[in-house]
Amino acid sequence: MNLAAADEKPVERRIPAIADPAVNGSMTRSPLAYTNNMVEPTRHEHDAPPTPKVTVESLNFFYGAVQALHNLSFVLAENRVTALIGPSGCGKSTFLRCFNRIHDLYPGTRYEGRITLHPSGTNIIDKSVDPIEMRMRIGMVFQKPNPFPKSIFENVAYGLRLKGITNKNELCDRVEIALKSTAIWEEVKHRLHKSAYEMSGGQQQRLCIARTIAAEPEVLLMDEPCSALDPIATGKIEELIRELRKKYAVLIVTHNMQQASRASDYTAFMYLGKIVEFGPTQQIFTNPTVKDTEDYVTGRFG
Amino acid sequence: MDSLAVIVARRKRQDKLFGALGIACTSLGLIMLVVLLGDLMYQGFGRINWQFLTSFTSRRAGSAGILAAWVGSLAVMCITGLTAVPLGVAAGVYMEEYGRKGRINTIIEVNIANLAGVPSIIYGLMGLGVFITLFDFGRSFLTGGLTLALLILPIVIVATREALRTIPVHVREAAYALGATKWQVVRHHLLPYSLGGITTGVIIAMSRAIGETAPLIAVGAVAYLASLPQPAPFSGEFPFVSFEWIESPFTVLPILMFNWTSRPQADFQSNAAAAGLVLIAITLSLNAIAIFIRYRARRRIKW
Ligand SMILES: Nc1ncnc2c1ncn2[C@@H]1O[C@H](COP(=O)(O)OP(=O)(O)OP(=O)(O)O)[C@@H](O)[C@H]1O
Ligand SMILES: [Mg+2]
Repeated sequence: MNLAAADEKPVERRIPAIADPAVNGSMTRSPLAYTNNMVEPTRHEHDAPPTPKVTVESLNFFYGAVQALHNLSFVLAENRVTALIGPSGCGKSTFLRCFNRIHDLYPGTRYEGRITLHPSGTNIIDKSVDPIEMRMRIGMVFQKPNPFPKSIFENVAYGLRLKGITNKNELCDRVEIALKSTAIWEEVKHRLHKSAYEMSGGQQQRLCIARTIAAEPEVLLMDEPCSALDPIATGKIEELIRELRKKYAVLIVTHNMQQASRASDYTAFMYLGKIVEFGPTQQIFTNPTVKDTEDYVTGRFG
Repeated sequence: MDSLAVIVARRKRQDKLFGALGIACTSLGLIMLVVLLGDLMYQGFGRINWQFLTSFTSRRAGSAGILAAWVGSLAVMCITGLTAVPLGVAAGVYMEEYGRKGRINTIIEVNIANLAGVPSIIYGLMGLGVFITLFDFGRSFLTGGLTLALLILPIVIVATREALRTIPVHVREAAYALGATKWQVVRHHLLPYSLGGITTGVIIAMSRAIGETAPLIAVGAVAYLASLPQPAPFSGEFPFVSFEWIESPFTVLPILMFNWTSRPQADFQSNAAAAGLVLIAITLSLNAIAIFIRYRARRRIKW
């Protein structure tokens, strides 16, 4: 928690309007209206005001007969990092995985509500929307590093090949750019054609991030990307996330409170399939309005 | 109440006893195998020479050979492999990746598992009914190969599914999350990664098929065959390759062996033993290839 910084530069202690519907589970205004009132975290005051990249309206999600998400409303801002926190089993992964329709791979799953991708206004979870296209526009990084058992080069190039890029020079250039932006180019440039399995866990995870961003998605989803990594590798990935923020809307699930407070601009606290509180990270961590949130971020939950 | 030392000692004794029992059972199996192989070697090894491998069978044991039989075995295996592998792999991929997991799928699954256990003679009768009576393929290489293909199809399907199942979910999800279609996931990831497992299964199935006798007798394999598949598959004239040979009469090693063992002369018995050694050599080399491929795949891909 960045209390010192908060002292130097007092945070505006206004709860963003966006937090209300999430708590009450009802939407009275258009989700776009809420973002206009989003409070910008103080450390990024030089940034342009946030614009919504994805808005979620009364989302329900079912695994068969079991309802895992209850009437969620939420906004993911462009060029910001939003963290999802909450106790194990509260539905963070389930929520994240709605954004790229990966649930569609498993029978019996069902969505209700609306997830709008801006500016095109596509409803991601609409049956008529092609999940393949959505997955190309919304990239995902998984908890466990999951490179393909192919070469480092082929891993990063895979998303590009799916987009129909076959030109060798273009592939090489874009693989290099992706590996550079995840800061492993120097470590792997001499062994691009060696198996990705010959890398350390931290390197593999950065490779997976490179693989995702090489395809230039619009949104980046990350489900506990550092949970399998040591503190040094974690630090590198956090640094990377702060860098990625410049180009993407990032949604990250984390169990690590320090990580959420260090790396994110907004934080949503989930509990039992609902979003309990949602607001600027500073406010969630220093001045939560809901008792459960306060207990959770201070480690007294349960 | 026994002291702890006594209890421990008793359990250690049980442990040793079971160990000894295990060794006894294992060596019994091994000894049987060695005796069998030794007997075969003793009877047949002297008979294996160039003449034996390159002549047709004959009424005189001394000049009889296995040329038509081993060529026939390999040719039948080609037909079997070329039909059973694509069909079996496709069916396995469909059931594992495409088919909806419902009651119908479960019924099909159970049936395929059961098919693998159906006695091989039943496949022979089916081959007779379907390929000879219904499709009129005659008593040919084609009929023999297809009959054995039916026999090993369930094994190939099961092996494919097992191999696909060892691929972790998170690798599939990685591919889907990048926007791959189902076919792209199968083509770019699942098939390459399960190649080792599938190949192993296929080769084990083939080494079962190559030793089959009963179903081939049912579809009319000839024991006394003094010709190679006709016409030759390659020729100097256009169109250079011909597949007409698949319609010619066929024989295979086990059929010839069966025929020789039923003759009274002792020399034919050693001929049969020698043919058996050749068959075992083919089977063992197939298995060696399977082991090598599995080893290579395991080294390249470990989850
Ligand atoms: N495939 C599934 N079928 C049925 N229920 C599921 C399935 N996957 C998850 N659930 C249930 O949905 C709820 C939310 O699970 P989810 O994995 O989203 O939690 P999470 O917040 O990501 O937890 P963690 O922090 O442990 O990763 C849990 O109660 C879980 O039991
Ligand atoms: Mg999770």
